[in-house]
Amino acid sequence: MTSQPFTRRGLLIGEDLEGRVALTVPSWLPWLLRRLLVGVATVFAITIIVFAATQALPSDPARVILGPEATEQAVAVLRGQLGLDRPLPVQYAHWLGDALRFDFGRSLDSDVEAVSIVRDRFGNSLVLMLLVLAVTIPLSLLLGVALAVRRDGRLDRVAMAGLILFKALPGFILAIGLILIFATNILPVLPAVSLLDPSRSPLAQPAYLVLPTVTLVLSILPFLVRLVRAGVIEVLEADYVAAARLRGLSERRLLWRHAVPNALVPTVQGIAMTARVLLGGAVIVEVVFSYPGLGSALNSAIEMRDIPVIQAITLLQAGLVVLVNLLADIVTVLLTPRLRTAARPTLKPGSRAAWKLSGGGT
Amino acid sequence: MSFTLPALPRERQLRLGLALLLGVLLFALAGPVLAPHAQDALVGQPYAPPSGAAWLGYDYLGRDVVSRLLHGGWTVLWMSLASALAALLVGAAIGILAGFAGRRTDQAIVWGTDVLLAFPDLILVLLVVSMLGREPGLIVLTVAIAFVPGVVRLARGVTMGVAKLEFVEAARLLGYPAPRILFREILPNIATPLLVHFGIMLTWAISMLAGLSLLGYGVAPPAADRGLMINENRAGLVLHPWAALAPVVLIGLFALGANLVAEGVSRLNARIGTQTRGNGHAG
Repeated sequence: MTSQPFTRRGLLIGEDLEGRVALTVPSWLPWLLRRLLVGVATVFAITIIVFAATQALPSDPARVILGPEATEQAVAVLRGQLGLDRPLPVQYAHWLGDALRFDFGRSLDSDVEAVSIVRDRFGNSLVLMLLVLAVTIPLSLLLGVALAVRRDGRLDRVAMAGLILFKALPGFILAIGLILIFATNILPVLPAVSLLDPSRSPLAQPAYLVLPTVTLVLSILPFLVRLVRAGVIEVLEADYVAAARLRGLSERRLLWRHAVPNALVPTVQGIAMTARVLLGGAVIVEVVFSYPGLGSALNSAIEMRDIPVIQAITLLQAGLVVLVNLLADIVTVLLTPRLRTAARPTLKPGSRAAWKLSGGGT
Repeated sequence: MSFTLPALPRERQLRLGLALLLGVLLFALAGPVLAPHAQDALVGQPYAPPSGAAWLGYDYLGRDVVSRLLHGGWTVLWMSLASALAALLVGAAIGILAGFAGRRTDQAIVWGTDVLLAFPDLILVLLVVSMLGREPGLIVLTVAIAFVPGVVRLARGVTMGVAKLEFVEAARLLGYPAPRILFREILPNIATPLLVHFGIMLTWAISMLAGLSLLGYGVAPPAADRGLMINENRAGLVLHPWAALAPVVLIGLFALGANLVAEGVSRLNARIGTQTRGNGHAG
């Protein structure tokens, strides 16, 4: 573990407890192909988990469809029609074939295609997620850099203490707090529940988006700000920056030409990690605000034991996480000149987990 | 643990966190004794406002909010501790195995954690809870499952880091059996990061358990669980906030205390860690 400043710069994407998590790597094409292959294998494993979990749900789809009054015979006939009497691996193969064509069957609860429910809700969730990211990413970069420059100053200490508070509080507590402040007696300017008009785009109804967005922003902001701040401080204290300073480069140039670009790499990985946190946190936030997104749809599908909808949503969400991580790894390689051009690039396994462990997660 | 006890109280945030946790613990232990009413006793009008007899008013059924708070401190406390502990034990065992085992096993385990980490943790928990049911023990198990991949990755990483150090090599050359190397050389040296992670998991477990109760998958009514109380009284949030607000504040204080302690300890650990790491690698 020799740490020469120049191998650290650019190569370093984070630090876990075994030491440095470094990216050393290949002409990136073989890496990309291998990475894609792993992604596909992961999605395949996810389909097995989702299928197995929903099979184990204590309910019989045929019984759910026909209702409690149907005779045993009728249920048995429908089970045959639905293929529920065949061996599980056969059922899985059929299900996977349909799932690959985005066909999850009809919702057991509302008798429309499960995919059409998911499509409507996904649009709403996507608007919310993109809005959250559009606010959080610039804000965390600005705040992170500002705090790094003033590290250990008064503003830094106050802001860091405030961030710990928001990091500590579970999302629904932030949500309830915001409702009490902005939607009830104190300052009643915003609606407490997001009863979107489904015939119009959510963006056309911004009042309903404000509180859910603010809640989610507050719950991921601390992680990202601290990541950016730590990254910038790390670079500003590196030997090569000290050397550049001695050569007379201005602080401004040091910050924007050296510190910030280098701090971007861990930030990209950090943003990818928040995708997972956001999708999970959105369930609670959407339920609290009655926001018609994927999370609240999943919640009611689980309540109703609506297996096709549960399958479609969980597969979509896990697939999204895999996709976002793949994109983040590609962007990381593109942002890091050494990785882009090095002879043999490989992302060390566990590099992303290191982010989670260094303070990420919920 | 490599830090000395007298170092603990010097961190102001750490001290505040410890005080909060101690308060939560005392509240949970002493609560049932001090509560004026049983947790499911109907003693007032639904949503009646705070008064001299009931400082925090009555909930949606007319139960005394103070009594329910005093009775209900224990569930989230033991459940969060139990799930973090279970995740720590299982995850550390698998992770150490991965760190020790050959390349194949290691890669398989890492890929397995990748698969599980693709599920947002609350989604995984919802999927399993809806499958298994809402027995407290099963909920603990489910929350633990969601945390295991993270522990595996951490334990694997630190094990690999320690396993290549000189003293482990020396023990190996001396012909010590693998279990002895594991328990006498490696385990003591990876305990600190694992314990720090335990604290972080505790904070996640608190918000996840409360969130599950809020969604209606936590412990069943009429338990006085905090998340359940928020869920039950959420309908009255706008007009009669106290019944939902009091448990919100208490969960918030618990989560804040656990976070401050976990943060403080990991900061202390990082400070000591860089010192020792620096020394260790100088020679």
